[in-house]
Amino acid sequence: MNIPWDWEFAIDIIPDLLDGLVVTVQATLVGISIAMVLGLVFAMARRSQSMLVSRPVGFIVEFVRSTPLLIQLYFLYFVLPNFGIRFDAFLTGAIGLGVHYAAYTSEVYRAGIEGVPRGQWEASTALNLGRADTWTRVVLPQAIPNVIPALGNYVIAMFKDAPLLSAITVVELLQEGNIICSRTYRCLEPYTLVGVMFLAVSIPASIMVRRLERRLARA
Amino acid sequence: MLDGDVIQSLVNGTWLTIRLTLVAVLLGTGMSILSGLASLSPWRGIRAVNRVYVDFFRGTSAIVQLFWIFFALPLVGISLSAFAAGVVTLGLNMGSYGSEVVRGAILAVPKGQMEAAVSLNLSTMQRMRHVIFPQAIVAMLPPYGNLLIELLKATALVSLITLSDLAFEAQKLRELGVASTTVLFSTILVIYFVLALGITGLVRLAERFFSRGLDIRRTVRRPTP
Repeated sequence: MNIPWDWEFAIDIIPDLLDGLVVTVQATLVGISIAMVLGLVFAMARRSQSMLVSRPVGFIVEFVRSTPLLIQLYFLYFVLPNFGIRFDAFLTGAIGLGVHYAAYTSEVYRAGIEGVPRGQWEASTALNLGRADTWTRVVLPQAIPNVIPALGNYVIAMFKDAPLLSAITVVELLQEGNIICSRTYRCLEPYTLVGVMFLAVSIPASIMVRRLERRLARA
Repeated sequence: MLDGDVIQSLVNGTWLTIRLTLVAVLLGTGMSILSGLASLSPWRGIRAVNRVYVDFFRGTSAIVQLFWIFFALPLVGISLSAFAAGVVTLGLNMGSYGSEVVRGAILAVPKGQMEAAVSLNLSTMQRMRHVIFPQAIVAMLPPYGNLLIELLKATALVSLITLSDLAFEAQKLRELGVASTTVLFSTILVIYFVLALGITGLVRLAERFFSRGLDIRRTVRRPTP
């Protein structure tokens, strides 16, 4: 079979694709920052003693986790402006990515928090530590290190979901591929290279996460 | 708020999303079992091929796979309809994650079970069918349920390759301007959420069904804090 692969063309389009990769990575980084902080907030809110806090937050987490990121991005991009909230496409996308994955990271944090022995909470009470001190000085320092590898897996998942931002006009890696494909009518090279670039980042990243897991398991 | 035509479009879209999910689940489940068993194979070659499959599909995102299969594969002579491309992508993608679920559940069956089956002179097929699988399936179901929800969510991607699923109808109706975007997208989100709840319910039923008669406690879903 004669595969119509043109090396010269493939090399020509690499710089454009790399520009897209940079945007993808930037969106992922902004998304990670949101997911890490918001996820922890969700996890702590779900443990709140007030049902008025824990129940609605629990519902939001379930809802966000059960609906497609693509539709959530549309929602942020097309609906929020109706209420006077307007960001550019990149920021909208990064926020959407962050909020979506916050629903996942909150479960990870929750597992970590539940892994802290009950006695630690009781000891904090016995030592007359306030709620804030109990969280920041006793529980979280024990909960978070254990869940870092699991969080790492979601970082990779976010990177892989970042191309969804192309659906709301962000010119990231996949969108660069789309543009090249529709401009030149050559789609094999751009889409193949897009796939290769994703593999080139995500495979080393997942090997790193696996190593981290092993190191933590030994400690 | 939503007139008849809009509701009709949403119903059509929902139906396509459901159909696509069902067909992709069949492929995805088959691939999960196949790949899970392959990862436990005594032959190195089979394990290596399986490794490539799993790493490839887990290393790239479903949307990139979908675009590659739909837009790039025809150039090397393999043309799939949008529906077929969706099924293939989503099914293979689910299989790459399900592989680990099947493998883990099989390994979790106590070793004595396998030894007992061997000592009873059961063939490899019989050992799997009558001894290992019925026990492993109970451990598989909760993570399998999560995979089904991930699959349902991923079906929204096919709207980007012209298939008129729920996400596609939403975009179409928005462009036509026939309904307020707020109502429209909220409705769509709720439909997906309800479908996901349906999946969760079905998986719970399946769990109850398969754990009947087994001498194991039902898997605890959520430890109470």
